[in-house]
Amino acid sequence: MSFHTLNDFLVMGGHGLYVWLAYLTTITVVVGNVLAVQMARRRYFRQARALERRLAGGTVADPGDQTGSPMKGKQ
Amino acid sequence: MSMSASLSVSQSLKAWWHKLGSPRWFYEISGPWQRLFGVLALVLLVTGTVWGLAFAPQDYQQGNSFRIMYVHVPTAIVSQSVYMLMGAAGLVLLVWRMKLADMVLSAAVPFGMSMTACALFTGAVWGKPTWGAWWVWDARTTSMLVLLFLYFGLYALRQAIPREETAGRACAVLALVGTVNIPIIKYSVNWWLTLHQPASFTLTGAPSMPPSMWVPLLINVLGIYCLFAANLIGRLKLTILERERNTQWVRALVREVSA
Amino acid sequence: MSLFAVQLRREWLLLVQSSEEILNPLVFLFLAITLFALATGGGPDTLQAIAPAVIWVLVLLANLLSLEGLFRRDFEDGTLEQLLLKAEPAFLALTAKILVHWTFSGLAMTVLAAVAALILYLPVSSLGTLLISLLVGTPALSLIGAVGAALTVGLKRGGVLLALLVLPLYVPVLIFGAGAVLEQMAGIETRAQIYWLGVISMASLTLAPFAVQAALRVSLEQ
Repeated sequence: MSFHTLNDFLVMGGHGLYVWLAYLTTITVVVGNVLAVQMARRRYFRQARALERRLAGGTVADPGDQTGSPMKGKQ
Repeated sequence: MSMSASLSVSQSLKAWWHKLGSPRWFYEISGPWQRLFGVLALVLLVTGTVWGLAFAPQDYQQGNSFRIMYVHVPTAIVSQSVYMLMGAAGLVLLVWRMKLADMVLSAAVPFGMSMTACALFTGAVWGKPTWGAWWVWDARTTSMLVLLFLYFGLYALRQAIPREETAGRACAVLALVGTVNIPIIKYSVNWWLTLHQPASFTLTGAPSMPPSMWVPLLINVLGIYCLFAANLIGRLKLTILERERNTQWVRALVREVSA
Repeated sequence: MSLFAVQLRREWLLLVQSSEEILNPLVFLFLAITLFALATGGGPDTLQAIAPAVIWVLVLLANLLSLEGLFRRDFEDGTLEQLLLKAEPAFLALTAKILVHWTFSGLAMTVLAAVAALILYLPVSSLGTLLISLLVGTPALSLIGAVGAALTVGLKRGGVLLALLVLPLYVPVLIFGAGAVLEQMAGIETRAQIYWLGVISMASLTLAPFAVQAALRVSLEQ
């Protein structure tokens, strides 16, 4: 341990603001990247499930099962 | 005998290459890899960060502000590697028209761009106590800024082209040209530094860091690469789901998950 | 080689006919220089100090403006598609096209830069370095820029995007070009920078036509 007290650790010899600002930013960016993927994945499954349910209810036309689709354009 | 052996090796390699072109195959085998890299990233990054933040000895010149190195250097290194990877993916896409390469090209941009921006920001925060200014036109800072512009170009080009396949191939050309340019940009900016700035700005100037200082750095660098691998696989899987949303196997997968 | 010559002749005739495409970027160059003189107060010392930077940056931007029209007309009337289908090899015809563009942008700007240097009070002793750096460096601008122009030719509002794509790639040319003149003014040997500009131009000449060809193929499929 390079610091003796918790206060020393937080103040970082006067450089605390810079060190903690840099670490917090990086952690936010890293966690943000991880969360972005997870949330997008959850959103995708929620929407796809809703669509499947509506298809099962027959409220919308079935797009048809395709075995291997070419890449689709954006809407 | 050796002829047939090498033939079968080349055949299985060829089969592997063809499989790699199949998004479904990639989706199905990549789950365990994503988990492996994710766990590795978590362990390495927590170890390296705690070690660097609390246990590494203080730098005799810079005091504690040098601890920013443990977040600044890994993000800077990985952001350059990600661009290089996109150049390679661009080459694969243009030569072999592999779908997965196109997906790598679009899935790697958010991670690379955010890491570049993060490295620039932490560099500025590190610069304030070290150089006395938030922004210094130092060679590495400037190269990183140009890299951010290169990332933004890729992002903007993809947004501007409505057809996905065309956008992918356009980005492939741009990423390739950018990758060829990066070494020249770095060299020229380095040369420019010797012209305009006194050469006293060496951040990691300590010629021989003790192991207690560089080992956590190495751990964090490895950790961020694992994080990139896990994140890229996650984004690729998502892209596959979106692009193949009308195929039988994706619809079956959705029904399976909801059941 | 005859394909190259034919293409060269065709491009030359077309460009000579459309004078506004040649003139507009050159007028822009001088207009922007005037703006700089007005904004800085026109003091000879200030202008002299920033002259290499101003001239090089504005040459970069004027070149960028001229690039927008490089492929547009041929793209719209279908000539480009024919060229990519029929010309063998296509990259040779494209190289001819870019070279003709360079004579009316890079080369013309190099000649006019002498006037620009005069009105910005650049020392006469530095004029040679400025002209040589422009002469050796501008081919790279046209060649690298052509890749960006080829990528954005099919888009309706490609102008700002073109700048975003191409300007970061211009960084080395700008650094060596403006750096050579600055060092010459400080009395330092500048041959290395000129060589570097030559290296970048030669590398662009060998690689860029292939990238332009690939980019045009992509643009034509949309």
